[in-house]
Amino acid sequence: MKTTEVVLQASALGKSFSRKGKAPVIALDALSLRVKAGAVTGLVGPDGAGKTTLLRLAAGLLLPDAGSISVLGLDSASQAIEIQSRIGYMPQQFGLYQDLSVQENLELYADLQAVPLSLRPSRFAELLQMTGLGDFQKRRAGALSGGMKQKLGLACSLIKKPRMLLLDEPTVGVDPVSRRDLWQIVYKMVADEGIGVLMATSYLDEADRCAEVVVLYEGRKLAEGTPAEFRDKLKGRVFTLTPPAGGPPPRLLQTHLAGQPGIIDVMIRSGRVRCVVEAELAARLKSGHSELFPAAAYDKIELSEPSFEDAFMALVPKADLRPKNAASLSPEPDPVPGAVSRRDEIMVSAHNLTKNFGAFTAVREISFEVGKGEIFGLLGPNGAGKSTTFRMLCGLLKVSGGEVQVAGRDLRRAGSRARAQLGYMAQVFSLYRQLPVRSNLEFYGRAYGLSGARLRQRINWALDEFHLRGREESPAGLLPAGYRQRLAMATALLHEPAILFLDEPTSGADPLARREFWLRISGFAAQGVTVVVTTHFMEEAEYCDRLLIMSRGTELVQGAPAAIRRLAQSPENPEPTVEDAFIVLAEGRLPAAAPTGAQGVES
Amino acid sequence: MTALRASLMRIRGLLRKEMLQVRRDPSSILLALVMPLLLLFLFGYGVSLNPNHVPVAVVASDTGAAARELAARFALSPYFVPLSVKTLNQAEELLKEKKVDAIIHIHENFSADLLTRGGAPVQVIINGVDANRARLLQGYTQGVVQTWVAQEQRRGVLPAGSAAVVVLPRIWFNEANESRNFLVPGLMVLIMTLIGTLLTALVIAREWERGTMEAILVTPVRVFELILGKTLPYFFLGLSGLGLTVAGGVLLFAVPLRGSLLLFMLLASIFLLASLGFGLAISAAVRVQFVAAQIAVIAGFLPAFFLSGLLFDLESTPLPIQLVSHIIPARYFVEICHTLFLAGNIGPVLWSATWPLVVMAIVFFTVVRRKLSGKRLE
Repeated sequence: MKTTEVVLQASALGKSFSRKGKAPVIALDALSLRVKAGAVTGLVGPDGAGKTTLLRLAAGLLLPDAGSISVLGLDSASQAIEIQSRIGYMPQQFGLYQDLSVQENLELYADLQAVPLSLRPSRFAELLQMTGLGDFQKRRAGALSGGMKQKLGLACSLIKKPRMLLLDEPTVGVDPVSRRDLWQIVYKMVADEGIGVLMATSYLDEADRCAEVVVLYEGRKLAEGTPAEFRDKLKGRVFTLTPPAGGPPPRLLQTHLAGQPGIIDVMIRSGRVRCVVEAELAARLKSGHSELFPAAAYDKIELSEPSFEDAFMALVPKADLRPKNAASLSPEPDPVPGAVSRRDEIMVSAHNLTKNFGAFTAVREISFEVGKGEIFGLLGPNGAGKSTTFRMLCGLLKVSGGEVQVAGRDLRRAGSRARAQLGYMAQVFSLYRQLPVRSNLEFYGRAYGLSGARLRQRINWALDEFHLRGREESPAGLLPAGYRQRLAMATALLHEPAILFLDEPTSGADPLARREFWLRISGFAAQGVTVVVTTHFMEEAEYCDRLLIMSRGTELVQGAPAAIRRLAQSPENPEPTVEDAFIVLAEGRLPAAAPTGAQGVES
Repeated sequence: MTALRASLMRIRGLLRKEMLQVRRDPSSILLALVMPLLLLFLFGYGVSLNPNHVPVAVVASDTGAAARELAARFALSPYFVPLSVKTLNQAEELLKEKKVDAIIHIHENFSADLLTRGGAPVQVIINGVDANRARLLQGYTQGVVQTWVAQEQRRGVLPAGSAAVVVLPRIWFNEANESRNFLVPGLMVLIMTLIGTLLTALVIAREWERGTMEAILVTPVRVFELILGKTLPYFFLGLSGLGLTVAGGVLLFAVPLRGSLLLFMLLASIFLLASLGFGLAISAAVRVQFVAAQIAVIAGFLPAFFLSGLLFDLESTPLPIQLVSHIIPARYFVEICHTLFLAGNIGPVLWSATWPLVVMAIVFFTVVRRKLSGKRLE
């Protein structure tokens, strides 16, 4: 039987990378693993778990330090070339030649894989049809959208009908429609050709689509099995709470529960709070009482079907990351002051914002308003124009048309006083890598006009709030990714800005870091800070009070998450996600009754 | 399909990709074809350090007292290191082989003419490849002779007031004494270094940065195919840039090309290979464009500019710098250019400048081969 054939086998595989003057980093440690033909095996784990290293070892790009890895029965250390002519490999940053057209890229990889000329026309036609790139044959790869680039990358790695496919996070930053298309192509290859696929992914919901999943953590295998096996372990431990209609946003309840004893994970899904709890707490909840869940905070509590993500969160060890500022529900009798955003006090407004780069329109007539204490999200896949919009808001980029006001002023004309009201966290880590944590904080504090006792007080606040104690003297560049993110956010908040601009703060962060981040944001918003944030993770829409979804420079829809989700509601899909809504909108399948994107959807 | 056909197909794919990229990326074209012309036009008059300890051949055909004394003056001067030679022929050979930079010829009737006619000429032949240096040398020789004459006049040996000794200077190889004739051939060195080292280092580092290298390495491509795919396009790009400069130099600035063009192209190819090898070695070791550019400029371009003898006469630099210059490929090519353009096909000089280039090319390509062996990412 085909499905029992093993296409990849790793035994006691070890790999470490030496660093100058420091202990080597262990990327993989005694890892044993099998990947079967005719199925998709998912490789999940937080950043630095060793996913990319494993794929590179399999492709013969790295040599193992210990153990061995074989692909299609060939040893990757000694028979790399033989493996490379039989597999398809798609690196994380897929290397398409930007200056070459779609057709030329395909031809290049066909040449490199020595695909006979006679087979090419039919193969190219098949791949172009499968990826929907038929109409773009002559277009340069650099001018394709992010999703099309990934599809072309996949097509290039499939050029010679590989017997095994290695995919390194192929769907990161890709719009939901293309993401779905990519999966369809992969499934088709598995069904038609019976190939084996090993796919690393940081989207936990994708693991549910795999036949088998391997969870890596710090170079070791934490667990493996079918997604159902993972899910079954958590049966009876996942609860969904429905917040009262018209009450505070669900994120307040989420923030309240995060990090409490007995609670493993808590997140917002489709407007409800979903939590994974320890078995002991689950038993108490089933019998109907727990002091952790103030009765006024929710209407309904019900048992839910576990997902792979729940199981993952329960598996991966985590430190106490609960932010100190976490907003609480009790003991305060009223909703936290400022928790309900005040739409009457407009902090940020954009009107018909447009930006042209030469003949290319990056942003076209975007309008929105953000009230005090609101979390406003700019969502969209890579290349949608989020960062461009953002830079115009911050006064870093000149607008081609339209108006922007931040705290009642145009930042391009207003002086430093207006700028002092906002905190900005750039997409790339923009602190001084060689300077220690404390010096970075001091520098940015002074740059924003803090000094003396006030500066010391704020730095102490930042060190406590962001759990940076004990790392004050380590150079910023050497901090683990999660801590770097915290430091960047701390510097943006030192001067207590009224408005916080965060550009893709969760890009490249693993699920754990992303959760922690959103908890913090909720906390600051509860204190009255206005937050404008961009992200390409559609599920993060749930943490925003309101959001604007962009695609190719224009607005797809604007409104509260619940209202946007409703757009995709149908008999087949009674509880759609924001991602479903994006697909519906992007494909123009709007329900007739729904308002159009430009007018916005208000809750 | 045979292994050979598969290999040829892969090489073809790589070559076509590279050429399409060059064609569509204006920066490579700028660097390879526009830059040479720009440099050609912009290159002004070079700067030269004051030469000293210049080797000169002294042909004293006269054994009279005056002649011996004048010859001794050259030995005393800090500027010259005289080498006594019997015949003018021998001296000319030395000049051609660049063993000496000038010939001081004292005629057989020098002493007699000086006494009987009250005046005599001294012939000075100077290597004029470096126009600046030639001018300075001319001045020095004149100075030495005149000081001697003035002393003799004070001592009353020579009659006062007359221009007793006339220096008859002649400049060889570059009679026009044009800086241009010296600089334009030198420019070829800069252009080839730019294309060979800088462009190559940049384009491969760019592949690392954009992730295309990882995608290429994971195909069944062999290392030598990869190297060939990167070397050939830039080799031809380099040769066209060179052709452009040669044509520009000869047609626009009337720089003489005394040696054979074919030989020049052959030797230039060898230098280009050494240069490409260096660029490839940089990019195999460094995977960031910025760093690759820095290294290429500091280790490739700047030495080609300052330490190759293109601008500054190497023989007047301190010994350590002279020693360092021996590991700089550009130094040898400067010599080849100057020789072939201004002197002609002078075998021994050309050979002594060519074999180090061959060695360097082999060394660099071996390094590249080693670095990429196994196509591993580490």
